[in-house]
Amino acid sequence: MDKCYDVIIIGAGVVGSAVAREMSRYKGSVLLLEKEHDVACGASGANSGVIHAGFNVPTGSLKARFNVKGAKLLRTIAEELDVPMKFTGKLVVALKGPELAQLKHLKAQGEANGVRGLKIISKDELRRLEPNIEGIAALHSPNSGIICPFTLNIALAENALSNGVDIRLNTEVTRISKREDHFRVFTKKGTFRGRYVINSAGLMADKIAAMVGLKYFRVQPCRGEYFVLDRASSGLLKRMVYPVPPVRGNVLGVHLTPTIDGNILIGPSAELIHDKYDTRTTGPGLGRLLKEAKLLLPALKSPEIITSFSGIRPKLARPTYRGCYDFIVKDEPQVRGFINLAGIESPGLTAAVAIAREIALSLKKKLALKKNGSFKYRREGIVRVRELPLEERASLIRKRKEYGELLCRCEEISKAEIIDALNNPLGVRSMRGIKIRTRAMMGRCQGGFCGPNIIDLLQRKGIDPDEINLRGKNSCMLTGKTK
Amino acid sequence: MTAIKTEHIDVLVIGGGPAGMAAAIAARLAGARHVAIVERGGYLGGILNQCIHNGFGLELLKKDLTGPEYAQHYIDQVKRLKITVMLNTMAIDITKDREVTLSNSKDGLIRIKAGAIVLAMGCRERTAGMLSISGTRPAGIYTAGVAQTLINLKNLMVGKRVVILGSGDIGLIMARRLTLEGAKVISVVEKSPYPGGLLRNVTQCLEDFDIPLILSHTIIEVEGRDRLESVTLARVDRHGNPLKSRRKKIKCDTLLISAGLIPENELSKKAGVRIDKKTGGPIVDEEYHTSVPGIFACGNVVSVHDIVDWASMDAEIAGASASLYSSKPWHRHHALEIELDNEISYCVPQILRGSRDTEVSIRVKRPIEKVFVGVRRDTMLSRSAYHEILIPSEALRVPIKAGAVEGAENLSIFIEKSSSIKREHK
Repeated sequence: MDKCYDVIIIGAGVVGSAVAREMSRYKGSVLLLEKEHDVACGASGANSGVIHAGFNVPTGSLKARFNVKGAKLLRTIAEELDVPMKFTGKLVVALKGPELAQLKHLKAQGEANGVRGLKIISKDELRRLEPNIEGIAALHSPNSGIICPFTLNIALAENALSNGVDIRLNTEVTRISKREDHFRVFTKKGTFRGRYVINSAGLMADKIAAMVGLKYFRVQPCRGEYFVLDRASSGLLKRMVYPVPPVRGNVLGVHLTPTIDGNILIGPSAELIHDKYDTRTTGPGLGRLLKEAKLLLPALKSPEIITSFSGIRPKLARPTYRGCYDFIVKDEPQVRGFINLAGIESPGLTAAVAIAREIALSLKKKLALKKNGSFKYRREGIVRVRELPLEERASLIRKRKEYGELLCRCEEISKAEIIDALNNPLGVRSMRGIKIRTRAMMGRCQGGFCGPNIIDLLQRKGIDPDEINLRGKNSCMLTGKTK
Repeated sequence: MTAIKTEHIDVLVIGGGPAGMAAAIAARLAGARHVAIVERGGYLGGILNQCIHNGFGLELLKKDLTGPEYAQHYIDQVKRLKITVMLNTMAIDITKDREVTLSNSKDGLIRIKAGAIVLAMGCRERTAGMLSISGTRPAGIYTAGVAQTLINLKNLMVGKRVVILGSGDIGLIMARRLTLEGAKVISVVEKSPYPGGLLRNVTQCLEDFDIPLILSHTIIEVEGRDRLESVTLARVDRHGNPLKSRRKKIKCDTLLISAGLIPENELSKKAGVRIDKKTGGPIVDEEYHTSVPGIFACGNVVSVHDIVDWASMDAEIAGASASLYSSKPWHRHHALEIELDNEISYCVPQILRGSRDTEVSIRVKRPIEKVFVGVRRDTMLSRSAYHEILIPSEALRVPIKAGAVEGAENLSIFIEKSSSIKREHK
């Protein structure tokens, strides 16, 4: 063990990856550790993909500050890192009279937080904007948007990597010991030294904090189930539609979210659970989702469901700021050099880059780091041929033939895109890795047609059939060859 | 910028499976000069290539062939008739004016203006995701067709201890195939009180291999974080709802889903073709003409066929009609929608114009015994035939003469218990 990193970041979700990327603006040595086989394996890869404007969070909270700032920053960062993003706007819909007061409250809270453009609209105006949506009035937020959560997380990590950050996947932290001027971070794959440790371990943040003796918070997993509707349903609505948030539960309620790729998400539910890995979907949970969604969207008679999934919010067990379950963004005074970024649930996806920028700036000062003169602020993603104008698409195929062969028919993903995903800079080789990088296997046939072709490509890359996995080495797809 | 090349073709067939090939051959034989097949896969024959079992061609070719042999029979004719074949090519757009945009690696993007189009894209499988089974999402859950592709075309094994949900034909065939490959097929679970596939497959694939078929049951939960570890079996009531009692956990590493096929009509919808909600495919007349003039459809894209022979036979009509249309477009106004008895779930063709004698394929909603199936023209009974039993997994083809349609105000297909109809029949 020789090298001592300036900063070791634990957890390569969107928060950890954003910190890694923001740190790579400076000439410091940074290590990003992730226990799973890829980035975006926890809540960062299973959420609504919403850019929140910032009216749902209490004024004065860290959530409010980082949300509003993050929403602004994302506009630039998404453009720099080639992340699909769209400001569709959002409606919070009141279904009955008593909910009108809550719309007004949200508007006032949003304005106090610095959110612009909020407007309460009438039933007629609501009908004009979203003809299929029920409601007596709504809060319209034009500056709310949608973003591809996978691509955001991947892009941040890839950009960090290309700017010199070391990234180790499949490397679970088991123990941390504090020395005089550094930490020793023990993992299943060796021990690393770092002057600063950033805990962005999401659901496991309490476990990591406890390793240095900090036990003042506990992460309470809260499962949210979703349905994914076929792209054929995309005509049902243009923007996000939320109910007035339920009084209890500290959640936003079951909403309808058009995704950046034209699907519609219905969800999430909210259920406190014990096991942080328990991402199951449940019959009753899904049934309730449909029932609640139909209150807002009665046209949803026989939804074209492609699949369902669940994500787990890393909620804090107890409120931390005036009854609000606020983020913990804290340079711990008791354990010098240890920074907790915990309880980053919604609006965490929006807030991540703002939190990261602030943390990176403070570390730059503490470590007296110089600017990284060769910092590459751009990252080029995998080309999405389906979205190109036809002439441009034709030129591209002329340059590289594999853009013409569409392996995934449902999402129109070309062989070139899949090959590029296979050769991703992070070296992820799982089926899910290809899926979240290209959308292949995410469409209506769920990999029925392209799945076997992708397995072919993996084999051609020299991967044994026994090693081809869904998401990490224990999730083998196959049991060898036939007789 | 690269300009996109435009080509003119008499008949463009989208899909190179059994239906597409039969349609292209028929179009060529009926006189169309330039016929082309567009196939997104790397070979002709489609799903037939992975169907290495026999039983193909018994009805139409009077031979007992394997899937690849059946496909070869048509591939030879496609070659002989000099039909253009574009492999690894996908139609990414289509208009109602029969302009199709194709993408492949050789030519890039090409625009085809076709005199007539035959849609023959086939179908896809209902997935585990669509069924919304509770539980985790581990590796080891496949549709039966994907398992068939992996085993028969890629020589890759999908698992060792297998449960199959749904008794569709592919599931039954795969139960046998997996057993022959050394896997243990624990059971085939079917929600209905009767099997979903052909009776001959139940006998030859399950009974002959002692694989239990558990009717009126379903899988309500899957477990396993990384790879599947178990599934929970539950009995269902008459409405298909799982019962609280009588649940059982089965240890397994693989779950195959064989719960039905869905005609793949995303392209048809882009062209504005009217879709029958019951079949999930285009509404067609006896020439397999869709609601959009010059666009025909055949095979599993119209409705899922029990055996390939029928798909090929319908496709021949579609192809020949498309050929005629490409040389001399027509516009027929007269159309009679076939009315259906309550016991029948759907029929294909759905509408008749009296342009030719035809066979209308019907499917019953549930098994019924000792019935007469007949055609009623206005108030007159024009034909009826006795059947010992009708089951949902085996469609019945009801012949209707062109003459029966001409001048008729309405036409219906009915099913009646033999006792109630006897008088009328005599």
